Amino acid sequence: MSNSEIEPTMRAFLSRNFFLDPGVTLGGQDSLLESGIVDSTGMLEIIQFLEEQFGISVDDLEVLPENLDSVVNLIQYVGRKRAAGGQAA
Amino acid sequence: MPFYPTVLDLDVAQEAARIRETIARTVRAEFRRKGAVVGVSGGVDSALVLALTAQALGADRVLALLLPDKDSSPLSALLGQQAADALGVATMTVDITPALTALGCYVQRDGAVQEILPSYDPTQDTLKIVLPTDLLERGSLNRYSAVVSGPDRPERRRVLTPAAYLRIVAASNMKQRTRMLTLYFEAECRNYAVVGTANKNEYAQGFFVKYGDGGVDIQPIQHLCKTQVYQLARYVGVPAAIIERTPTTDTYSAECTQEEFYFRLPFELMDLIWYGFEHELPASIVAQALDLTAEQVGRVYGELGQKARSTAYLRAAPVVIGPAAPQPALVGAVTRGASDE
Repeated sequence: MSNSEIEPTMRAFLSRNFFLDPGVTLGGQDSLLESGIVDSTGMLEIIQFLEEQFGISVDDLEVLPENLDSVVNLIQYVGRKRAAGGQAA
Repeated sequence: MPFYPTVLDLDVAQEAARIRETIARTVRAEFRRKGAVVGVSGGVDSALVLALTAQALGADRVLALLLPDKDSSPLSALLGQQAADALGVATMTVDITPALTALGCYVQRDGAVQEILPSYDPTQDTLKIVLPTDLLERGSLNRYSAVVSGPDRPERRRVLTPAAYLRIVAASNMKQRTRMLTLYFEAECRNYAVVGTANKNEYAQGFFVKYGDGGVDIQPIQHLCKTQVYQLARYVGVPAAIIERTPTTDTYSAECTQEEFYFRLPFELMDLIWYGFEHELPASIVAQALDLTAEQVGRVYGELGQKARSTAYLRAAPVVIGPAAPQPALVGAVTRGASDE
């Protein structure tokens, strides 16, 4: 699955799971934390989604904003993890 | 605005007097209550509030309630009793374990833990819920883990799933809500007010239970961060054993510090960085005064902002909707003015 294929899956999950206003489009670089979309529970939900949907394992050391705090970061992180065969990216 | 390591130092005499005056005026004149109950945990916050309340109202108008459950440390009750005895305040102990058992608190919580750690045996293992405490070193996001261990049983740790996390929190919150029910029962039996013990760290970062320990009539130390609580506690003579005790959650069966459960930093550092955050000081200025890097302070700023945003719901009063707009008068309806004429 390429990054362009990951994006719609990711966006659909975020929209459905976080009950986003359908009239608002999330910018690729928008911080999910600073925009108030994601809290501690939300971060656990994102991690669970990534592991189940993309077959990767998210290590504790990778639970960082640069990997998980925007649509673009999420897509790139999943891409790197899949390229590395699910190992630490 | 200047920043220096002693910026949070209080004029303790003046601050204690201000709080006592507020408690006395609120309980007596505003709420027209005859006294107050304080839930005492054996920690420094409740010991300070108990002392200030007893000094404000008179020890004979205060009841200290000790509300342990089966997971509470025995030391908590011992220290709570010590705090009350030092002030001459009457105590009452209500074990809330039977109520929590009836509500399903333990079954729900332990079931959620067993979903991710099937070997967890609550009759043999102790449990705690933790966050990484290396906030200064890594800007890691909050990912809770359950840690269980027992005598002759190895420590086991597993990251929580969202469902397990939510169920553990919801079940654990029954403890604070049951304590709130008990505090109000005893207060209402005496026509007393309930005095709360939340400090600023707990309130502003959302480390409290809505309608649990947040359900009180007065919060006399909610404006004080933890290091200021210690300053006042020393001033009013809180027993040293309480002041020297590491703050714990006392919610789970294993000893769990507040730093590892929620705050992720020692209070001495967090309070000062928080001051910088609240006053919008550049991270570099705070970092210089505290011998940290601007990057480290920036990480803490991010964490503080995130916790404040994501817990705003806890601090919000119930939302109410204003009166509905009046409908236009029907044609031919008799208005008050017309009928008067």
